[in-house]
Amino acid sequence: MAKIIVVTSGKGGVGKTTSSAAIGTGIAMRGFKTVIIDFDIGLRNLDLIMGCERRVVYDFVNVINGEANLKQALIKDKRIETLFILPASQTRDKDALSKEGVERILNELAEEFDYIICDSPAGIESGAMMALYFADEAVVVTNPEVSSVRDSDRILGMLSSKSRRAEQGLPGIKEHLLLTRYNPERVVKGEMLSVEDVGEILAIKLLGVIPESQAVLNASNSGQPVILDQDSDAGQAYLDTVARLLGEDVPFRFLNVEKKGLLKRIFGG
Amino acid sequence: MSLLDYFRSTKKNTASTAKERLQIIVAHERNRRNSPDYLPQLERDILAVIRKYVDIADDQVSVSLEKSSDELSVLELNVTFPDDKK
Repeated sequence: MAKIIVVTSGKGGVGKTTSSAAIGTGIAMRGFKTVIIDFDIGLRNLDLIMGCERRVVYDFVNVINGEANLKQALIKDKRIETLFILPASQTRDKDALSKEGVERILNELAEEFDYIICDSPAGIESGAMMALYFADEAVVVTNPEVSSVRDSDRILGMLSSKSRRAEQGLPGIKEHLLLTRYNPERVVKGEMLSVEDVGEILAIKLLGVIPESQAVLNASNSGQPVILDQDSDAGQAYLDTVARLLGEDVPFRFLNVEKKGLLKRIFGG
Repeated sequence: MSLLDYFRSTKKNTASTAKERLQIIVAHERNRRNSPDYLPQLERDILAVIRKYVDIADDQVSVSLEKSSDELSVLELNVTFPDDKK
């Protein structure tokens, strides 16, 4: 039985697609057959972050409408054997997704895949609702910043009332907090909410903390999920995040200001 | 920044301000989320009635419905009157 994980946030630009790409890739690297679905109809971007934008032929909406089958629309990743991407449509509007259609495709995918990652669009409209409706688990991507935290809380409300699990009286969606763009130096200076602050306000279990990092932009520039850049802080933080998502107990890193050694202090860096 | 300011170093910690503001608004919105749809309208109606007699601002009335058990819900009405009574 496949596990469906939605990556959501409410607010835009906090790192949903970056995180979907990294987490999906990370799970697939562990040997699980994984598909990442782009639910952002009309504003497709997962293909670009994954570096497969020129291989898109058919998309999610084509499959729902029966204009193509799943085999034709799924893009097989060239780096990881067990990883696939289902791109969003670029031309249709957000209402092109029907609940019945999405359910049919998810059921079909569930027969073949171990993990289905749903990359949600921003906002709380139908696209975002569709992405979270069928989820078993949710990764709530949050920046340590007031509007993002507030929107995350709003999404938590949706997860507990507007999902299939809520409507059918099943056990609720398992919620995880993923704090991104974290800058320990600014936290120490009292300029940024700390991990503890955000955890206290949202009151859900912390899955991971991704430090603000040059590596993220470099990764998206070149169409490589940042988790593949394993020398980088962000790449390592995503590896830890995936391990925790798979149930492993991994200590948190990158929460404190890195102490500069004598050489670094002299030569910079 | 003057030299004196530098030594005084009473920079306001904006992160703690953010935390306080968030705690308040999030608690408020969670309360709303769990309450019936008619509550905002009820609040507006109550506000209109009180305004017939006393001049109060929008944020001086708060209405909340708390479910204390399966059989019992308590409607709490909080009205802050202005200091200078007319």
